[in-house]
Amino acid sequence: MDTSVTPAAEENVWGGGNKPLGASYGKMMMWFFIVSDALTFSGFLAAYGFSRFKFIETWPIADEVFTHVPFFHGNYPMYYVAFMTFILIMSSVTMVLAVDAGHHMKKSKVVLYMFLTIIGGAIFVGSQAWEWATFIKGDYGALETKGGRILQFVNADTGERAALGDFAASIPDVRQEHLEQNGVWYYGDESSLPSYSLNEVVEGFKSNSNILIRTELLTDEQEKTLLTREESLEKIKDARIVVEGANLVRNEYGSRLFADFFFFITGFHGFHVFSGVVINIIIFFNVILGTYERRGHYEMVEKVGLYWHFVDLVWVFVFTFFYLV
Amino acid sequence: MAHEHKLAIFRGRLKFKSNTQKIWGVLIFLTLVTAVEVILGITKPYILTHKYFIGMKLLNWIFIILTLVKAYYIAWDFMHLRDEKSSLRRAIVWTPIFLVCYLIFILLFEADYIYTVYKDGFVKWNF
Repeated sequence: MDTSVTPAAEENVWGGGNKPLGASYGKMMMWFFIVSDALTFSGFLAAYGFSRFKFIETWPIADEVFTHVPFFHGNYPMYYVAFMTFILIMSSVTMVLAVDAGHHMKKSKVVLYMFLTIIGGAIFVGSQAWEWATFIKGDYGALETKGGRILQFVNADTGERAALGDFAASIPDVRQEHLEQNGVWYYGDESSLPSYSLNEVVEGFKSNSNILIRTELLTDEQEKTLLTREESLEKIKDARIVVEGANLVRNEYGSRLFADFFFFITGFHGFHVFSGVVINIIIFFNVILGTYERRGHYEMVEKVGLYWHFVDLVWVFVFTFFYLV
Repeated sequence: MAHEHKLAIFRGRLKFKSNTQKIWGVLIFLTLVTAVEVILGITKPYILTHKYFIGMKLLNWIFIILTLVKAYYIAWDFMHLRDEKSSLRRAIVWTPIFLVCYLIFILLFEADYIYTVYKDGFVKWNF
C-alpha cells in the first residue's frame, strides 16, 4: 500500500517511506495525539475524582440533576444521556463502516457513511447544548447559606421537591435590577435578580408548614438529609442568597465544584465533538471531490476515524463518572 | 492492500464472516453493556449500593469495569488496535494506563486525607 502522495522515488527510509511499527507516518502522529489527549482528559477526570472524594458526603446526586428529556415533562433520570451515548456509539459504527468501505475503494459508500457520521455528531452536539441549557436554567431553585452550602426544599405531603415558586410569598420590593444604561457597576455578585427575593422565600417558607429543608449532606441510604420542620426553621436563618439554575460561581444542585466540572469536562468533550464534526465535513467533501480516489487510498478517512472513535471513547468515561457513579 | 482483519472477538469464541459483520456484532455488544449500565443506574439494587469493596460501592465498581470493557472493544475493534502490531498496541495502551493509575492513586488518597481533615479537624465549612 502506498502511504504517501510523494513520488515513489522518495519512498526510501530517509525520505519518509519507513513505517516503524507497521503504521504510516500520519496514522502514527494521530495515535501520538490521541494518547496525549487521553492523558489530558484523564487529568480532568482525576481532578473531578479528587474533588468528589474530598466532598464525598455532600456531592450532588446525578440522578436528581439530569432528569429531563426534550418534549417530555416529568422525571426521567438518565434516559436522555443514555440516548446520547447510543447516538455517539452509532456514529462510531458508521465511521468504521466508512473506513471499511474506503479499504474496498467504494467511494459512494464512503460518502454515505461519512454523511451519517456527521449527522450523528451534530445530533450529539445539539443534545449537549440542550443539556447545558437545561442545567443552566435549573428547575426548583434553592437558597445558599453563609457557608456557601445549598438548601433545597421538599414538600412534606408528597415527598417531592418543591420549587421556590410553589411557596414563596409575594412581598412588594423596591429593589431593582441594575441596568447598564444607569452606569457601569463592577460589583458582580449577581448577574440578574432572581425571581424571588430572599425575604419572599423565607416568609413563604414560614407560612407554609408543609415545606421542609433538604441539606447537601448524604445519609447512609445515599439520600440527601431531610430536616424536620423545627430544624428547617432554624436552618433557614443561615440563608443568604437565592440561587436559581447554575453558573460558574454557584448552582442550585449543591457543591459549587459540581457545576464547574460539569461545564469544564462536558464542554471540553463537546468541543472535541464539534471539531470532529468540522474535520469530518472537510474529509467528506474531499471524498466527494475524489481526492482520495486519485491518491489511490482512503487512509485520511481512517485517520479522522481514529479521532472520531477517540471522542466516543472519552464520552464512555465521562458518561460513567458524571452520570452513573 | 494489506488490510487483513482479525475477525474473532471474545478470545476467539465468536467469529464473524466479514469485517462489516464484526462491526455490527460489536455494536450490539456495546449497546447491551450500556443498557445494563442504565438499568443498574436507575434501579440501584440494594445489595450493590450497600456492599463496599476497597472504599467504593460495589455498584460503582461494576460501572467502572463495564466502562473499561466498552473502552476495550471501542479501541480494539473500532480503532483497529486488534489489527495493529503488538508493539504499537502496547505503546499506545500501557503508557496511559501506567500514568493514569499513578495519578488516580495519588489524587484520590490525597482527597480522602483532606476529607478527614475537614471532618475531624478544626475546620468548619458545612454551615
